[in-house]
Amino acid sequence: MNDYRNIVADGLWRNNVVFTQMLALCPLMAVTTTATNGLGMGLATTGVLVASNIVIASLRHWIVEEVRIPIYVLLIAALVSLADMAINAWLHELYKVLGLFIPLIVVNCCVLGRAEAFASRQPVLASAVDGLAMGLGYTLTLMLMGGCREMLGSATLFAQASLLLGQSFVFLETTLIRNYHGFLLMLLPPGGFLVLGFLLAGRRLLERRQS
Amino acid sequence: MKPEFRQSWGYHTALLGGVALLTSAAIGVADHLTRADIVQRQLEDLQVTLQQVVPTAYYDNDLVRDAVTVNEGNRPVTVYRARRNGQVQAVCYQVSAPGYGSSAMVMVIGVDRNGALLGVRVISHAETPGLGDKIELSRSDWILRFNGRSLNDPPPSGWAVKKDGGVFDQFTGATITPRALVKAVKGGLEFFAAHRALLLDDVVVGGNP
Repeated sequence: MNDYRNIVADGLWRNNVVFTQMLALCPLMAVTTTATNGLGMGLATTGVLVASNIVIASLRHWIVEEVRIPIYVLLIAALVSLADMAINAWLHELYKVLGLFIPLIVVNCCVLGRAEAFASRQPVLASAVDGLAMGLGYTLTLMLMGGCREMLGSATLFAQASLLLGQSFVFLETTLIRNYHGFLLMLLPPGGFLVLGFLLAGRRLLERRQS
Repeated sequence: MKPEFRQSWGYHTALLGGVALLTSAAIGVADHLTRADIVQRQLEDLQVTLQQVVPTAYYDNDLVRDAVTVNEGNRPVTVYRARRNGQVQAVCYQVSAPGYGSSAMVMVIGVDRNGALLGVRVISHAETPGLGDKIELSRSDWILRFNGRSLNDPPPSGWAVKKDGGVFDQFTGATITPRALVKAVKGGLEFFAAHRALLLDDVVVGGNP
């Protein structure tokens, strides 16, 4: 039980994909112009992360070290393609919103990172929990980044959330300042680096306080 | 711990090949299972989009199935014709424009008999989220400004964004996307003007039942 608590704490905070491992920064910069986009990308990544961790953990006894990387890449790419096709065919409304993000997950190195660092040497259940925790940690980070950039850049929060989550989530969509002229820099990649830098500094401060 | 045979190159090759084979097989099966559904979904999407650019009052036929292919240069363009009582009232077809990034923006435009735009909708693009994606109707009503426009309204020099001396607004932070889109819509109207007789199917009988 303690083990699982550790895995979850690692994924969400202590060993957070972005803040500690500094992985998956490319999709992070690309999609976090709104909190809603961050949420969508995070959820899609979480799904793939759990699936890839489960598959790789269950095959870990057969996979040998010398050829492990190409095998992980093959498995992850196949899983993403399967998810892409299945969502397109059977959850088409969701696909219209997430479709943009799904192919990006293939190049998300945190999936390969977890396969290598965790799933290749841990039992299936623990790997699934690790994938879920890492994915949720990543989702929270994406939403935090997206929220900051969105608030600074266009003074809204969770704009268009109802496109992703359905009409019942319209209440999430907030406009903070009417007739805001927009702070374009925050929506462009440099704004992403700025926000990430300040968030990292904030995290350091927090940790120093604690110790 | 590790059995000896796993260190041999034969095992490595077989393992890698086996995984490649299995994953390819899985993708093949999934493709087979999903293909029909995906085509169906895309057709439904197309139908929904066509209905947005050609009001239902314009036709009583099955729009998606009354298609004709016209060559524009060396690029085939599929034109869907909206008929009422057998006469073509409006046509709609895809036009594309180079986007801000590497991939193209694809849109559908509807044009009535007289060459006036009934509507323009972007169906796929990869523009910067939060900036260029204001071309989507769900995010901004910008795209509606084309309604009713034609090649002479505004005159040719006005078919540009305001920054370039035209009549169409660019939006905050993005000029390249609307500029490309305005140009593509104008190109779409010129395509209609060039192939008007063929598209309206006034004399040609046959083609599509």
